[in-house]
Amino acid sequence: MKVYLENLTKKFPSRDKKSKEVIAVNDFTFEIPDGKLIGLLGPSGCGKSTALNLICGLQKPTSGKIYFGDDDVTDLAPEKRGVGLVFQNYALYPHLTVRQNIIFPLENLKGKDKLSKAQMNEKALEIAKLVQIDQLMDRKPSELSGGQQQRVAIARALVKMPRVLLLDEPLSNLDARLRLQTREEIKRIQQKTGITTVFVTHDQEEAMSISDMIVVMKDGVLQQIGKPQDVYDDPINLFVAKFLGTPPINVFDGEVRGGKLYVGNDCIMDADTYDRKVYVGIRPEGFVLDANGPLHCKLGRVEVMGRDISVVSENEHAHAVVRSIISAENKLDLASDEVRFSVKPFKVDVFDKETEMRIHLGGANG
Amino acid sequence: MRKNIVSKAIVYTLLSVWALIVLFPFYWMVLTSFKSYGAYNTEYIPQFITLSPTVQNYIDAFTAVPLAKYFTNTIIFTVATTAIMLVVIIPAAFAFARLNFKGKNILFTLFLSLMMIPNELVIITNYVTVTNLELRNTFTGLILPSVTSVFYIYLLKENFSQIPDNLYYAAKVDGTSDFRYLMRVMIPICRPTIVTVTILKVIECWNSYVWPRLITDNAAYYLVSNGIQEIRENGFGRENVPAMMAAVVVISVPLIVLFLIFRKKIMAGVARGGTKG
Amino acid sequence: MDKQSNKAWLYLMPAILFLGVFMVYPLIDVFIYSLEEGYNSASQTSFGVGAYNFSYVLHDPYFLQAVKNTFILVIITVPVSTGLALLISVGLASIKPLRELYQTVFFLPYVTNTLAVGLVFMILFKKTPYTDGLINLIINFFGGSSIDFIDGPYWAKMLVLCVYTVWVVMPFKILILTSALASVNQDYYNAARVDGTSKLRIFTKITLPMISPMLFYLIITGFIGAFKAYSDAVALFGTNLNAAEMNTIVGYVYDMLYGTGGGYPSYASSAAIILFAIVLTITCINLIVSKKHVHYSR
Repeated sequence: MKVYLENLTKKFPSRDKKSKEVIAVNDFTFEIPDGKLIGLLGPSGCGKSTALNLICGLQKPTSGKIYFGDDDVTDLAPEKRGVGLVFQNYALYPHLTVRQNIIFPLENLKGKDKLSKAQMNEKALEIAKLVQIDQLMDRKPSELSGGQQQRVAIARALVKMPRVLLLDEPLSNLDARLRLQTREEIKRIQQKTGITTVFVTHDQEEAMSISDMIVVMKDGVLQQIGKPQDVYDDPINLFVAKFLGTPPINVFDGEVRGGKLYVGNDCIMDADTYDRKVYVGIRPEGFVLDANGPLHCKLGRVEVMGRDISVVSENEHAHAVVRSIISAENKLDLASDEVRFSVKPFKVDVFDKETEMRIHLGGANG
Repeated sequence: MRKNIVSKAIVYTLLSVWALIVLFPFYWMVLTSFKSYGAYNTEYIPQFITLSPTVQNYIDAFTAVPLAKYFTNTIIFTVATTAIMLVVIIPAAFAFARLNFKGKNILFTLFLSLMMIPNELVIITNYVTVTNLELRNTFTGLILPSVTSVFYIYLLKENFSQIPDNLYYAAKVDGTSDFRYLMRVMIPICRPTIVTVTILKVIECWNSYVWPRLITDNAAYYLVSNGIQEIRENGFGRENVPAMMAAVVVISVPLIVLFLIFRKKIMAGVARGGTKG
Repeated sequence: MDKQSNKAWLYLMPAILFLGVFMVYPLIDVFIYSLEEGYNSASQTSFGVGAYNFSYVLHDPYFLQAVKNTFILVIITVPVSTGLALLISVGLASIKPLRELYQTVFFLPYVTNTLAVGLVFMILFKKTPYTDGLINLIINFFGGSSIDFIDGPYWAKMLVLCVYTVWVVMPFKILILTSALASVNQDYYNAARVDGTSKLRIFTKITLPMISPMLFYLIITGFIGAFKAYSDAVALFGTNLNAAEMNTIVGYVYDMLYGTGGGYPSYASSAAIILFAIVLTITCINLIVSKKHVHYSR
């Protein structure tokens, strides 16, 4: 089921007379293709959870439309939309067993959709097998681990075979190891069922790793939509560039002068644009150790990460710390004070100082 | 070390003395209830044990005065009042905790301010109201004024509010009606509080004296408290203390049994805001 | 949204209905009653409106007796029961073995019928032609002479009433103070002990301030409860409390309303309002005093 949002806007009235009204979601228009896993990404308070609540119908938009396929569902109650929702803290009913939790949504069905007890049990078992919790059916939520609770929550959301599955920060309550495991699991379940799935997260790594597409938001405004790698390589503005990637992109005050791009006093590459002040963003992996490289830095410290080494150095003229990641195969002269880099042009993004929008340099991108 | 032992001994002595003061009236009533009428009246110095216990007093308590009737009345009154109260307060607490409506905050504040109103102030008009409705000496008149408690609505509302909102939203996404959510999710989760409220109300009903006294003057509708007063003033012909004590034992036992079963729940419940009376 | 509004009012309907009829309306009505002079419940007519009812009540010797009794009862039982409960709770908190047993025993009076156990107290204190009663025998044993506590001198009757009242209110106070003591963070005690603080100093400087909100709550509810004393007196002295000189303000209200001297809801209302005013004043004084002495952690 493809989902289409059209000029979707949600405003919250101000709490008191002094403060302004809050625009949590500002004029969203985008299409979520059928059967894909979409990561809705942004820092906390950016309106991503509100967007999710609008899609599932727990909140009504101030203006705009929501379509599931060709159906306008904007004014439909949540239960009539055919959505499944998984909450950050799972929201399992603590007094019911796993089986009763999964069956709960089915018991709400009325009229021709009404199921017999046996049918319900069968459906519950089927979905429990899919998420691999069929051994735990008679336990209470309090007797399960965080990861198991998560699976139960997913099973409960899936049991009615929703047209759209929504997950609100599905991994944030899990420890680091379980998080890796569970995100693979979500991907697997999504692919197996083929249900269009939207999940909300503030963790860019999580979103990039499993999403077919990511949607980056800031302050209620949609920034960029695209395949994770495309958005990473080709950010539309400084915010998106800074938000994606660990360690984060290095940002320098720079300048374009006479077709050359300067960081501090060092001319690092050609820049096919008119002269102006800019921000220069260079991905940590965009640096190459080069004895004759244009970028002069004072060597700070070296962090060994096994496969790679992280070199922390400082460019004095730009007053900026440079964090670069280079292959451990490189030999670094630790006794030396100075380290020099050249840069990979396609790892360098240049942004207008005023608008913070990306400046596309001719032929610089791969 | 020695000082420690001495102070411990003092503490235990103090506690034991108070325990004795608490328990002695109970012991005395049980003891006296098993003494025969004749034996009791000949004891100028009361005996601390009786060598010839008799159950005659209990037989008298149920035959010479309508104790069984008082008992049944009290059970009917207690069960009906408590049941109706639950039906009244649970939806109200639910509305305050879960639903959004205009004037909610004002109404809730009004409810809370009613907690300060002492019963003595409103009982006068209630007495007149019930009398005018010709509901004196009826269960309806006995029960109706006691079926709401602002305090219990408040207690339950607080408990309902502790249930995470997400459970409600999860249920909403699945198309659960508010009523079903209340019955299937909120009530089961808050069962401990509901049980506590029920027990406290049962205790209150069982011991209520003032309202039943005002509203009943026909012994056929007396509750145990009024019954005991009636027995004291007019029962058993002469002052038959052992029979009186038998009646007192019979009246006290149900609540003591209830207490011993639900000891932890009752004490926790009272600590959270019960008051005597 | 509007649909939910209607639904909410539907859920609240029974509660609003009952509270309206049996609490809000009576509350307004009681003031009307208190101002209607010469109201007759049989003919439901009154002469006029004024403060006569209050004046009548304030000049009624029975009422003055009831006020005196109530005040004596309050002044004696509130400090005695609170102090005793504090002593017992601190004792309870300092022991481990048998603690639960003691707690259970101490709570027993809470779940007993005041009227029923009052009868036992009466038997214990009463002097009859057959026996002087157990308490008198104990007094005799220590060399005193027998007193009739139930039909005898005023001070003796008041003493029994106070004793019984304390017995009845203790469970609640012990329970509250015990749980207040248990909720004091053990770290404070450990810290004080490491500093070599004496036990008395720990009690006055740490324990008391920490439980002061609860202690204060008990004093306020204690005052309110004691001012409303009634059934304890009935249990000991029977329903004709005026004759026994043992009436309380609440008892006076009910006697004016009902029974042999009853049928005067206007006088009853005036007395009830006077009681309410007294309780309100005392509570306000309590609140003001507490501001200085109660330590709130939050």
